Amino acid sequence: MAGIKGSSLSEEFLEHVHQLPQGKSIDKCIQCGTCSGSCPTSSAMEYSPREVIAALRAGMLDRVLRSNTIWFCTSCYYCTVRCPAKIPFTDVMYELKRLGIKHKIYPRKDTNAVMSKAFTDVVSKYGRNAETELVKKYYLRSNPFKVLGQLKLVMKMLSRHRVDFFPHRISGIENLRRMIAAAQENGER
Amino acid sequence: MNTTNTMKFTYYPGCSVTGMNKAYDVSTRSTAKALGVVLEELDDWNCCGASAYMSVHEKRAFVLCARNLALAEKDNRDMVTICNGCYVVLSKANKYMAANPELNADIQKALAAGGMSYNGGVRVRHFLDVVVNDVGEEAVRRRTSKPLAGLSVAPYYGCQIGRPSGEIDDAEDPQMMDKLIGWLGGRSVPFPLKAKCCGGMMMTTRPKIGRDLTGKILKCAKDQGADCIITACPLCQINLEAFQDTISRKSGTDCQIPVLYFTQLMATAFGLDEPAVALKDCLTPVEAMFAQKGI
Ligand code: SF4
Ligand code: SF4
Repeated sequence: MAGIKGSSLSEEFLEHVHQLPQGKSIDKCIQCGTCSGSCPTSSAMEYSPREVIAALRAGMLDRVLRSNTIWFCTSCYYCTVRCPAKIPFTDVMYELKRLGIKHKIYPRKDTNAVMSKAFTDVVSKYGRNAETELVKKYYLRSNPFKVLGQLKLVMKMLSRHRVDFFPHRISGIENLRRMIAAAQENGER
Repeated sequence: MNTTNTMKFTYYPGCSVTGMNKAYDVSTRSTAKALGVVLEELDDWNCCGASAYMSVHEKRAFVLCARNLALAEKDNRDMVTICNGCYVVLSKANKYMAANPELNADIQKALAAGGMSYNGGVRVRHFLDVVVNDVGEEAVRRRTSKPLAGLSVAPYYGCQIGRPSGEIDDAEDPQMMDKLIGWLGGRSVPFPLKAKCCGGMMMTTRPKIGRDLTGKILKCAKDQGADCIITACPLCQINLEAFQDTISRKSGTDCQIPVLYFTQLMATAFGLDEPAVALKDCLTPVEAMFAQKGI
């Protein structure tokens, strides 16, 4: 992570955001804080949504990427529908997650990041999500002991026949893998 | 809108209703049938590329969406989803591919590597939208044989059904389920938190935050005098129904309330029996509630 300056991150980031529908509006943020006030998780974020844009302008995106902020975004789109400058802020958060993963600047232990990675792994394998396997991967990679706290719920689910032990692999999986590989060749984002 | 007389749609169930949330799939199929809506399952569909995937790889998430859309395009029908997450990401793929020619070209190239193509012709719908806006009031009322008299219901929409674009319902104060509850003979309670976020995956990844968000929603529904909550998304449903014990214990407030899918509520009002209503799958005492209300 050494060598990547906050300011060059800002540049790369803005280039991507400007390509999004309505993306150019990010330059028009008036720092009103409507996003932060509407965000269900901002009180637990180290940088609130409004502060993310302030940090971007100050060339300090690297700090944001290292913080818990972006991984606390649940994609609820409240900021997006309420922003007076029409900034697609949820997409801004998505861009930041991908930027952090690309430059390997993200809180490695952050459970949300672990979950997202585990999810993509399961989907690459089967073409679909497989709950049991996802949960297994997630707890193994984060905190295996936490699964004990879920035992009662697991038993309840079992009694309602709501646990599916057998992942389903789509029959076009090879075909899907070729598509994914081709998308990667074209430059991943 | 569908142009043919019979309402026929391509059905995209989504991963989360094949395992833990089968009841949603079952009750969707049975209520669709009761309303004369034909749902034909998309053959060999794959994961939609929802939030958790989109967070890591955007283009690959769009490729996942595009494969589903390409498969659906052959049948030339609207595609119906029942999960808010699938709904929002599949519609987003349509919109972003149309708006960004470069992105579209990349996705087409990827599809071509698997021998497919997509021309942008599939409209993505939510089953709730189909029931309320295509089937409509008259047909739903006509089909209701066991009106939900005396039942107060809190409609919980979650975040992604009316947002980001508010295409099918108001982004802040959606109304579709409110209307539906009335058509089924019940009463919808005013529910200020109806479109607030349930925390999504946070319940697993950051349980304290997840419990806090979900707890507020449960408590609000109780405070509004609701007998139960209905949902339109498998992740919302799990969050609201599965953690009530812990939330009540840790917050010191009673957050116990029955939670079911809007399709299960419909199936009940339509007089359907098990296994078509799938109430046996509920983690909260939904059947007891109906029994107590004489429904
Ligand atoms: S709501 Fe929009 S304009 Fe206001 S601070 Fe947030 S991003 Fe900036
Ligand atoms: S989309 Fe993310 S940043 Fe925006 S309000 Fe929701 S959780 Fe907060």
